[in-house]
Amino acid sequence: MLDALVNGFKRLWEVSDDVSPQRYRALGRLLSSLMIVVSVAPLLVLSWINYNQYQASMAREIEVPLRDVVQRTRTALEVLLGERLSTVSLISEAYSFDKLASDGDLAKIFHAMRGEFDGFVDLGLINEEGRQVAYVGPYELKNVDYSDQTWWREVQVHRKVVSDILSGARGTPHLVLAVGHLGEGGRSWVLKATIETRQLDRLLATVGQSGETDIFLVNREGILQTASANFGALFKKCPLELPQASWNITAGRVSAPNGARFAAAYASVPDTNLMLVAVKPEAEFMRPLSALQTDILLVLATGVVLIFVMTVVPMKLLMKRLQASDERRVAVFAQMEHTQKLSSIGRLAAGVAHEVNNPLAIINEKSGLAMDYLNAAGDFPRKERIVALIGSIGQAVDRARGITHRLLGFSRRMEANMQQMQLAEVIEETMSFVERDAQRRGVELAASLDRGLPEVTSDRGQLQQVFLNLVGNAVQATAEGGRVEVTLKGLDGDFAEVSVADTGCGMSREVVSHIFEPFYTTKKENGHGLGLFITYGIVRRLGGEIAVESEEGKGTTFRVAIPYVKPEKQA
Amino acid sequence: MTKEPIKILLVDDEVQFVDTLKDRLYLRGFEAAVAYSGEEGLQKVKKNPPDVIVLDLRMPGIDGFEVLRAVKKTNPDVQVIILTGHGGDAEEASAFRMGAYSFLRKPMDIDDLLGCIRLAYRDRVEKPYVAAAMAEGGDFDTAREVMREKDLLKDA
Repeated sequence: MLDALVNGFKRLWEVSDDVSPQRYRALGRLLSSLMIVVSVAPLLVLSWINYNQYQASMAREIEVPLRDVVQRTRTALEVLLGERLSTVSLISEAYSFDKLASDGDLAKIFHAMRGEFDGFVDLGLINEEGRQVAYVGPYELKNVDYSDQTWWREVQVHRKVVSDILSGARGTPHLVLAVGHLGEGGRSWVLKATIETRQLDRLLATVGQSGETDIFLVNREGILQTASANFGALFKKCPLELPQASWNITAGRVSAPNGARFAAAYASVPDTNLMLVAVKPEAEFMRPLSALQTDILLVLATGVVLIFVMTVVPMKLLMKRLQASDERRVAVFAQMEHTQKLSSIGRLAAGVAHEVNNPLAIINEKSGLAMDYLNAAGDFPRKERIVALIGSIGQAVDRARGITHRLLGFSRRMEANMQQMQLAEVIEETMSFVERDAQRRGVELAASLDRGLPEVTSDRGQLQQVFLNLVGNAVQATAEGGRVEVTLKGLDGDFAEVSVADTGCGMSREVVSHIFEPFYTTKKENGHGLGLFITYGIVRRLGGEIAVESEEGKGTTFRVAIPYVKPEKQA
Repeated sequence: MTKEPIKILLVDDEVQFVDTLKDRLYLRGFEAAVAYSGEEGLQKVKKNPPDVIVLDLRMPGIDGFEVLRAVKKTNPDVQVIILTGHGGDAEEASAFRMGAYSFLRKPMDIDDLLGCIRLAYRDRVEKPYVAAAMAEGGDFDTAREVMREKDLLKDA
């Protein structure tokens, strides 16, 4: 592809005389493709940039509200859990183990606590072995052993613990708030309260849920801690691959294993193992983008089509004109070359003819003298034979003289005898000379002469010879039943045109290119090949032009342009 | 064989041609002198002016045109017939302008040349007689015209 372009470029600088249609087609194709590439490429790049920019700003626009939701929700969550944890902590500080271990006192405290905060389900005191020694709540959980629970192990280290969501022994999801206490005398115990997850659900629903945003909690293991609109119910494994969350809110794109893409923002909730996640399906906010995509594609397609049409069509036109002008140039050059060639051939022929005349004259005189002596001498053996021989020398000389003299134009008058005349009359007169021949050959001889033309000042005899040659040739070239038409009309400018058209055998391109050269003949038996050479010479001498068109099998047309008045310079 | 009274000078550098031509003229009763160059031709004209000169155009040294010009200057009555193998339209035109009587091309027919020589001689010799006869008869206009034709050739 690139090579083809480079080669094409190289070819652009080559000036060739080749006027074949393929060359112009190739050139047109090359220029068109260059122009199209140059115009379409920036358009494509621009569209691509535009699309990407829009996509980026769209993503920013979607991330900001997601971050915001996560921020707000986390704050609310912190407040909710923090308040309740503080309360439990406060109670553990305010009362002794013995006081709390008494069921009545614990119930009193629990009721007071419930009065302050929603969501507490129960309250229990657990001794250092992990056994719940006192309990207030709707379930029968006294003496349950919690020593195998995760939160129990954690509270030994961290003192205050918020557990993951548990279903635990009771079967409903709940959250454990546990506060450890190192009592007097080295006895340690843990005060444990549970809150319903309904509290969390409500908080997420009121603060977080807005529009298509899906907000939920997951623990470190990726287990859903609240229900998610997109990923299922509580305790299901969240399919999203979320990197470890930090306190800072992270936003980005994530994809579910089923290929659905989401914009997501997430952050850890402090003092817990929980991570707050807000997601929004990409399809939701990408809808305007796809509309934009359609618009861009439409504009792009229209643009490309327009560029294509506006490049290819004018280029075709341009190439057509270029080709026409090149063809004209080539034709003019060919014509000039042809004229020059004919004139040098003419000079050469004339030079040879001149040189031949002198030896020819010697032969003529010698043989003439020999003949004179023979005539004077008496009879001797084989005299007649010798007379005949010398006679044929004379005949050969005559023949050669005929050629050289015709070649040099000696059979005509020297000075052009200029006079005013009506071309129509001259043509008619000339045609009358050939009429009989035409009739004999069964060729129709027609004339279409404009008699309104101005008079021509030229050499009548020479013009007549021109017309005679052309019409005579035309009649000879035409088979029986054919037609020769002579037309006279005015041309633009100072010329009259005489054309002689026949329906004869026509000539090949090769023949046409040599037709005005001396000694070029297609008449096998008679004809010396000088007729058109002489005709050409006369027309040029009279300041005119002669041209020929021919098609094999269709016929030939000679056109002679004759100036009304011969221009001065052409002597 | 009757002797013709016409004095002829042949000027041509083609020796073969001019000698043979001289012989043929002799056989036909014409006495012709021969010069093989322009210089020689002019000398012979000076020494013994001929009635008619048959002159080639292209010769080494003094060419036919120079000879023609010189002869028409010194001996305007001498008729000059150009006989050349090289004459084109332009040469013919200028030869006539310079006063040549006729312009023939090689190779020519001997009889054409003889006819031309006879005509030239008759014009040279007879015109004054014709004019004189006209004048005697009182037709001065015609006489003047005849003479003027001759002068015209001379002046040209």
